[in-house]
Amino acid sequence: MKKKLDFLFAGVGGQGTILASNIVSDVGMRCGYDVKKSEVHGMSQRGGAVESHVRWAQKVYSPLIEEGGADFLLAFEMLEAARWPHYLAPGSVALVNNHRVMPPSVNLGREQYPEEKEIESVLTAAGGRVLWVEGAAKANELGNQALAGVVLLGVLSTRLEEPAETWLQAVQDLVPAKFKELNVKAFLAGRELATK
Amino acid sequence: MKKIMTGNEAFAYGAYLAGIDIAAAYPGTPSTEILENLSKYPGVYTEWSTNEKVAMDVGAGAAYAGGRALVTMKHVGMNVAADSLFYVSYTGMKGGLVIINADDPAMHSSQNEQDNRHYARFAKVPMLEPADSEEAKKSVKAALEISETFDTPVIIRTTTRLSHSLSIVETEAEPEPKAQSEPAAYERNPVKYVMVPAFARQRHPVVEERLKKLAAFAETTGLNRIEPGDDEIGIIVSGVVYQYAREVFPNATCLKLGMVYPLPDGLIRELAGRVKQVVVIEELDPFIEEHVRLMGIPARGKEIFPNIGEFNPGLIRRCAREAGLIPTPAEQAPAVTAPKLPGRPPMLCPGCGHRGLFYALQRLNATVFGDIGCYTLGAAPPLNAIHTTGCMGASIGVVHGVDRVGVKDRTVAVIGDSTFFHSGVAPLINLHYNNGTSTVIVVDNRVTAMTGHQANPGTGNTLMGIESPVVKIDELARGIGFTKVDVVNPYDFKHVLSTIKDHLQSNEPSLIVAQYPCVLYKRERKPALVVDAEKCNECGNCLRIGCSPITKIDGSVSINAALCIGCGFCAAICNQGAISLPDKEGVTA
Repeated sequence: MKKKLDFLFAGVGGQGTILASNIVSDVGMRCGYDVKKSEVHGMSQRGGAVESHVRWAQKVYSPLIEEGGADFLLAFEMLEAARWPHYLAPGSVALVNNHRVMPPSVNLGREQYPEEKEIESVLTAAGGRVLWVEGAAKANELGNQALAGVVLLGVLSTRLEEPAETWLQAVQDLVPAKFKELNVKAFLAGRELATK
Repeated sequence: MKKIMTGNEAFAYGAYLAGIDIAAAYPGTPSTEILENLSKYPGVYTEWSTNEKVAMDVGAGAAYAGGRALVTMKHVGMNVAADSLFYVSYTGMKGGLVIINADDPAMHSSQNEQDNRHYARFAKVPMLEPADSEEAKKSVKAALEISETFDTPVIIRTTTRLSHSLSIVETEAEPEPKAQSEPAAYERNPVKYVMVPAFARQRHPVVEERLKKLAAFAETTGLNRIEPGDDEIGIIVSGVVYQYAREVFPNATCLKLGMVYPLPDGLIRELAGRVKQVVVIEELDPFIEEHVRLMGIPARGKEIFPNIGEFNPGLIRRCAREAGLIPTPAEQAPAVTAPKLPGRPPMLCPGCGHRGLFYALQRLNATVFGDIGCYTLGAAPPLNAIHTTGCMGASIGVVHGVDRVGVKDRTVAVIGDSTFFHSGVAPLINLHYNNGTSTVIVVDNRVTAMTGHQANPGTGNTLMGIESPVVKIDELARGIGFTKVDVVNPYDFKHVLSTIKDHLQSNEPSLIVAQYPCVLYKRERKPALVVDAEKCNECGNCLRIGCSPITKIDGSVSINAALCIGCGFCAAICNQGAISLPDKEGVTA
């Protein structure tokens, strides 16, 4: 068991950010960690940004990760990844879904969506290692864009010592029954991506 | 067994375990999920009342008759309910009355960030403040016991960060089935329950005496505790801020308050006696700090920590370093700041009927006095179609005031259906009674949408899923005496424009109900629309409706098929006929 692990999730409403963070919380609990989670999601259904903090430790006090403390950033959308460099711990890993959702000001042609390189350098400068994940492509292959989050979890699981079975159990217990099989496929696809 | 729960789920679970009989609330972020969850437990009557004051009266009545009652609300909901809180503080009750009040530091979803601890002192009632989900669960039982022991309503204060954070809760044995011993009964006792001046004067000393007893209780209750530590700094803290403080000051001596009113003077003196300096860490106002200073203890608090916004561990650490409370590391990593990026504000959903109305108001250059709900997003660019927003139900009184000083030129009030039922009816009567001439538009999406689709008097069902009568807003207005009343579909653009114009020219008070069910609630989806780039002349009309699937591209626009729900409004306002359904000839080819 690690002393502590902090996971920061970032995405856009409707991308399954909250579900993914629930799965990570559940895995932590199953593995005997104290777990806390916090999120801001009031406006998520209206296309706003969503952030969620998940913390594993022997004893967790704050439900919020401290700036500079996140061991993993799981970003479901590229621009949302770039908002959080100040939260990255030295040596942290940023798993970023290779997917863009244009914000309104970009739609209207008033602002520019940042380049992939810019996003990467912002995160790298903060001490994070960026791993681009073809989550959206994989999810589309499986027939549902909302699966990208679970693909990312598959990748994440290969970087942690908790057994794959525990992750699979959590995925199956937390996703809606009729999407169970698809989510398992997405999770395994993520694991496969990670080992390529 | 261990289960991970949000603070709000834990409050509901705790209410169930504690044997709450009846619970009433008006939805409001971040309190809504308490009743939503409680309504799923057996043996509890739950209701969405029309507003927080009604909910407080329902709770008071239930407790008068011997029931155990729970009332929940967001912080500003307490402003609405305050009148009732003050009388029930004087009368006391027969059964327990617990009020869960959710403050929203940082205004994640609110119009102000008031500190409702002041209400406890103001109304002279005790207030508890749990610090995680397990404490939230236990707090309801503790509050009920205090309520029934001291004959007082008890407020439990939560904040967004407690209500919406998850932590581990120990599940407990199912509660004993409720005793069927005596049927509920209201016992007449005018001196206690009729607050005419003569009787209220007799109750006030009782309330003051009660506060003294509660202050003594605060010294001994397990809700407050001193966690021993070194003798340098003594922290006084409560709620979720306790969790942040423990990370930044792991070795400090800490007075952890689970009850924030009345405060335990003895414990505070004991803490001060053990340490070199006392530091109060509290979000928003210096509520505890001022009390400690009045005791003659030179506590530090707001000179170090802000009185604006929400705390987090990083902020507390930075402030503590600047104040010299903790050392600053010699080699500090260079501060990383988040880059300047395009924002991602919430917007009206694709297919939202409010868009049609606001686009029409924008085209008419109407001055719009708005209200609280999803439709407040009509204030955002590119619609920019709301010009005041204050609180629930303000719009109708405000437009009447504006019109009365002679401004009346394309002025309208816009209010949602649930907001109208909450606090729009009285100002509508006022408008009619005082010979006003204003135009009121009720944007009726058939559900309380902003807080996550709760039932209301217009939906035909209740929180418990029981069918109920539907209140019709147009008929209500006619019943008041309005003769100019119209119901429109906000996506019937030409009709909406002509109806609003007609109402604006009228010299009598008038009402338009713009009715279109919330698309997220109805979940109907039609095929996405497509753009014929050759017909598009880049006039930008479709970009001005603020619909997220529509993106400007070189020489034209494109519509994201994954986000578009096919409402067709963009096609209706496209002058070039460049947007259409995919099956139309000549477009998909």
